[in-house]
Amino acid sequence: MIEFEQVTKTYPGGSVAVEGFSLVVPSHRTVALVGSSGSGKTTLLRMVNRMVEPTSGRVLIDDQDVQDRDPVELRRSIGYVLQAGGLLPHRTVLDNVATVLRLNHVTRQAARARAAEMLERVGLDPALGSRYPGQLSGGQQQRVGVARALVPDPNILLMDEPFGAVDPIVRRELQDELARLQTELGKTIVFVTHDVDEAFRLGDEVVVLRERAAIAQQGTPSDILAAPADEFVHDFVGAGRAERVLHTQTIGGRLVAVDGTGLPVGVLES
Amino acid sequence: MNLIAEALAWLAEPANWSGPGGIPARTGQHLAITALTILLAGLIAWPAGVLIGHTRRGAGIVGALTGAARAIPTLGLLTLFGLGLGIGLTAPLLALIVLAIPSLLAGTYAGIQAIDPAIPAAARAIGMSPAQVILTVEVPLAMPVIIGGLRSATLQVVATATLAAYTADIGLGRYLFAGLKSRDYTEMLGGALVVVALTLVLEVALAICQSVARRIVDPASRTQRTPA
Ligand SMILES: Nc1ncnc2c1ncn2[C@@H]1O[C@H](COP(=O)(O)OP(=O)(O)OP(=O)(O)O)[C@@H](O)[C@H]1O
Ligand SMILES: [Mg+2]
Repeated sequence: MIEFEQVTKTYPGGSVAVEGFSLVVPSHRTVALVGSSGSGKTTLLRMVNRMVEPTSGRVLIDDQDVQDRDPVELRRSIGYVLQAGGLLPHRTVLDNVATVLRLNHVTRQAARARAAEMLERVGLDPALGSRYPGQLSGGQQQRVGVARALVPDPNILLMDEPFGAVDPIVRRELQDELARLQTELGKTIVFVTHDVDEAFRLGDEVVVLRERAAIAQQGTPSDILAAPADEFVHDFVGAGRAERVLHTQTIGGRLVAVDGTGLPVGVLES
Repeated sequence: MNLIAEALAWLAEPANWSGPGGIPARTGQHLAITALTILLAGLIAWPAGVLIGHTRRGAGIVGALTGAARAIPTLGLLTLFGLGLGIGLTAPLLALIVLAIPSLLAGTYAGIQAIDPAIPAAARAIGMSPAQVILTVEVPLAMPVIIGGLRSATLQVVATATLAAYTADIGLGRYLFAGLKSRDYTEMLGGALVVVALTLVLEVALAICQSVARRIVDPASRTQRTPA
């Protein structure tokens, strides 16, 4: 369980990235933080692994203040998928994935074996292991980033727009793969994105953020779609968007769901 | 008279290739002074450069200081040290160290600062300690530029190490000073040619090291350049 308690972060220079943020991320659940650029999502994530220290308030993992943990040891215990990938350009893909295991004193051979296994699990050809990050496509690099975070089998996974750099089709593929992995692994995941559809697809719970990480609404995807808290959330999640407003038509004796543009999107079964 | 031909004849003379004053012995001494200078200068410049590069602080001040240091005439410095320390190897060694530090230092901090800051930050975020970030990420990635600094420092030192013979009977500079004193220009020119040859050899060797380091740091470029 991760707990944010009245967390505020003011960066040197006075920009307030996060103000009075409180949230509980229950164990084995995925909480998706969604908000526009600059709303403080990355800052929130980085306060969990102490890459950023809160100006006030506390972040707790299983009731322990992260401030009381050794930062290096803390980071090694948390899987972190960085917004920009963050792979080491001078190490092979396999060694990149094995890095954290090596930091945790797993032998080179065992680390590589587990890394190769994980590459396969995230849908990468293990033959890519001997390449360098610069020789991979953006989507492949993001999978490597996910594999690197998963391979030490951490309880907590912080994912910062992990699928930001890929086209919608690959993105969808990666989302499905993560969802599948999560049903197997049951990690505690904080997933940051500015894509509402992605947040709805992956989050057990979704937190919509405004500026300064102010919570506009928090709830399950259906809660939020059914009853957007205000105009901001309504617009942000596109509750009024034509493809979100479905109605039914009876065609040939069957109930067909049709979206706001008149496009049939499926058949209803009772 | 043909000075070049005489110098070449001097170089071809077997007598000049043996004994404690011979070309091999003096070249060995010259290389030893160069290596010792680079080592001692590196002991100061490399850690300092890594620290400046890692923290990304102090580059401005250090840049100005090393710029000023570069402007100091080494012969003047040597004379100064020589007056204080007397004859022997210490004075030229100190002067050469002052000569070498700016290049070594600049290569190191510039190389580390040129790394995309997201890379060491990511290394830290996945749990590397500061020492691990420096030793396994920053220094390897900066290696081509660090070797570039080593290359220019070595060239300056190997050429200037001739000055060691000003206060000590050591190195290839002996031929220059002895020749100058006895107006034996053949010996002077011959000695100078040996220095030039040595410089070229070192230059080529270090250039190869640099390109090897470059390929290690940027492995992706290797396959991109090979035609499909
Ligand atoms: N190191 C920093 N120093 C100063 N200001 C910062 C720093 N990092 C972030 N900020 C500011 O804090 C605010 C929140 O930044 P943050 O990176 O957390 O946003 P984000 O929600 O992750 O945005 P994006 O979706 O673009 O990644 C922004 O206004 C940003 O300019
Ligand atoms: Mg961000």
